[in-house]
Amino acid sequence: MTDTVQNYKPGEHPSLPPPSNTVGPIAWIRENLFSSPTNIVLTLVCAWLLYKVVPGSLNWMFFDAAFTGEDRNACKAVADGACWAFIGERLALFTYGFYPAEQRWRVNLSFILLIAAIIPVLFDNIPFRKYGLIYSALFPFIAGWLLIGGFGLEPVPTSEFGGLMLTLVIGVTGIAFSLPIGILLALGRVSNLPLIKMICVGFIEFIRGVPLITLLFIASTMLSYFLPPGTNFDLLLRVLIMVTIFAAAYMAEVIRGGLQAIPKGQFEGADSLGLKYWQTMRLIILPQALKISIPGIVNTFIGLFKDTTLVVIIGLLDPLGIGRASLADTKWTGLSTEVYLFVALFFFVSCFAMSRYSLYLESKLDTGHKR
Amino acid sequence: MSEVAVQQPSSGGIMRLWNDKESRSVIVQIIAVAIFFALFFYMGRNAVSNLETLGKDISLDFLGQTASYDISQRLIEYDSRSTHFRAMLVGILNTLLVAFCGIILATVLGFLLGVFRLSKNWLTNKLAYVYIEYVRNVPVLLHILMVHGVIIHTLPVPKNAISVSDSVFLTNRGFFVPKPLFEPMFWIVFGLFVAGILFTIWFRRYAKNVQDLTGKQYPVFWISLGAIIGVPALAFLVLGMPINWDIPELKGFNYKGGMVLRPEFIALWLALSLYTAAFIGEIVRAGITAVNWGQTEAASALGLTRSRTLNLVVIPQALRIIIPPLTSQYLNLTKNSSLAIAVGYMDIVATVGGVTLNQTGREMECMTIVLLLYLTFSLIISTFMNWYNKRIKLVER
Repeated sequence: MTDTVQNYKPGEHPSLPPPSNTVGPIAWIRENLFSSPTNIVLTLVCAWLLYKVVPGSLNWMFFDAAFTGEDRNACKAVADGACWAFIGERLALFTYGFYPAEQRWRVNLSFILLIAAIIPVLFDNIPFRKYGLIYSALFPFIAGWLLIGGFGLEPVPTSEFGGLMLTLVIGVTGIAFSLPIGILLALGRVSNLPLIKMICVGFIEFIRGVPLITLLFIASTMLSYFLPPGTNFDLLLRVLIMVTIFAAAYMAEVIRGGLQAIPKGQFEGADSLGLKYWQTMRLIILPQALKISIPGIVNTFIGLFKDTTLVVIIGLLDPLGIGRASLADTKWTGLSTEVYLFVALFFFVSCFAMSRYSLYLESKLDTGHKR
Repeated sequence: MSEVAVQQPSSGGIMRLWNDKESRSVIVQIIAVAIFFALFFYMGRNAVSNLETLGKDISLDFLGQTASYDISQRLIEYDSRSTHFRAMLVGILNTLLVAFCGIILATVLGFLLGVFRLSKNWLTNKLAYVYIEYVRNVPVLLHILMVHGVIIHTLPVPKNAISVSDSVFLTNRGFFVPKPLFEPMFWIVFGLFVAGILFTIWFRRYAKNVQDLTGKQYPVFWISLGAIIGVPALAFLVLGMPINWDIPELKGFNYKGGMVLRPEFIALWLALSLYTAAFIGEIVRAGITAVNWGQTEAASALGLTRSRTLNLVVIPQALRIIIPPLTSQYLNLTKNSSLAIAVGYMDIVATVGGVTLNQTGREMECMTIVLLLYLTFSLIISTFMNWYNKRIKLVER
């Protein structure tokens, strides 16, 4: 320190850079990975786990995998990792199930229409959103007509539905119909009318108390007993009804949480304006309650979408069912890991996207609560 | 205005009732209940007439008939000559077994995951995050099938079993573990263990009273540990280790002796636990982060050590937030155990709702039994958790 002359006026000295051991990658590593003995141990254990799992899996999945080949043995001859050729060969089956090949354009068209129907629901800054939403509400019926046929299209029996298409049919129908039914059930549950409340509580608690698989069993074995003799309606339709009411009961509980979070003053304010019950609900209460319950609603959607795999147990051929049926083919035995990973990837991508969207929506709608 | 006044009398009795809030609510309820019962009776009448056409009646007699099927995983005596009722009991116990074991493992793993998610260690944190996101976004049925596949396809046949210290054998036919054979003296040790637990409960209360009155603190943790673990362990050694192990041995193509955990049970148990643990991890993380940071700061301002802060300040408050969603995860696990049927584990659905139903053709009775059993389980778990929740609830003025 030879130079003791003050070159700067007081308060105008430029900021010095931070000490070199508090910035940069080394400091980051020290801070985040090796800050204490426990942390060092944790880091080493995690690194060991990664070392054990990641290279092996990557090799098996990509570097050592066969992407083309006639059958299992052809795959084995090329590489000893995964045999994705199987998935490639059966991709059409995984997507369309047993839907007749010459009619598959209908599935493709419904899929494009589905994307067009989802956009106005997801984003609120697109032009003509109002008309888009009307179209979205009509979409399940349009898609139903396209897929099942009739009215000018060649009818396709629902027993030929399968694969990802079946998953989407059950998932989208369940999502589209469980929300309105769930809202009604939730309103019934918080209603002042004791008998209506009792019916709704009983229904919700019954459905929530039993596993979905038992309801699906009822749909496949028992439901026809409760219908007039001779009626024999479609298995897929029965499954759709069961999945929808199952999701609706859970939805009702989520929305009830939102309804109970609305301050009493909102109801009283609506009353003092002279609004009737349905006006109060539609204009004042539900917009707020639904906004609060969006994370829960999306979670229910994710749960419903994942639960569609259960239909495989009563014999519908969703991707999992198709995969297991394909494994019976002697050409491709022993490839269950590939099938499961492929199906898992499909569900992971869809569900992860839904949960990310829910996070985005939450942060966007989080108005008025921020300080 | 005058027009309205003129029209009102002519709108008649019905409209006046409808416009009155009280009477309208009565009308709406009557209509709702009428529709409900009409639907109920309509379906009931259909069911009766359908059953008549098929020549079936409703009776539970079939429960006394011989169930001629085998169940490999069972907790009580059962063979193919036992009755359907016995099969149902085996199924119930199997469901309870997997639910109980699953809840314990899922809670332990879930709390660990939650703590890892909060860890300052970047690597641990991100690994836990990746695990949780992967597991939560893939259907549980797929997890069950994957774990089952791993056990069946990658574990060796009994002949080349993976052995852990020559007493536990992991094979694709199940995990063979030593079976404890208790000598009479062992029950003394067990008695001491129970006595230790009772003593601890009493001692904790006593220590709290003393602390409230005088401020004097006992080393509660160490004394409890000594009473529950130390004394029985000492007795165990003094009595000359009165326990024998029936160690499984390879005889022919399979292991004999010991206890066997079937692959179906392990697959279901592990998959359900790993799946539910991911949800519990997120719940725990949310619960702990929801406790205001000011609470921790206040605690250290009072001079509490880090572990005391956690035990006395953070965890009690976090538990209040954690318990309600945790309950619903326990219920979910119990209900998801019905997927046992996918891997052939004989739980309620697979016994009563599966083989028994197919053998006797009594859909109505079997499904009703299954539904009632699940409703009972749900009721028991939620009652217990509600009781616990009430106990730890914040006592307000």
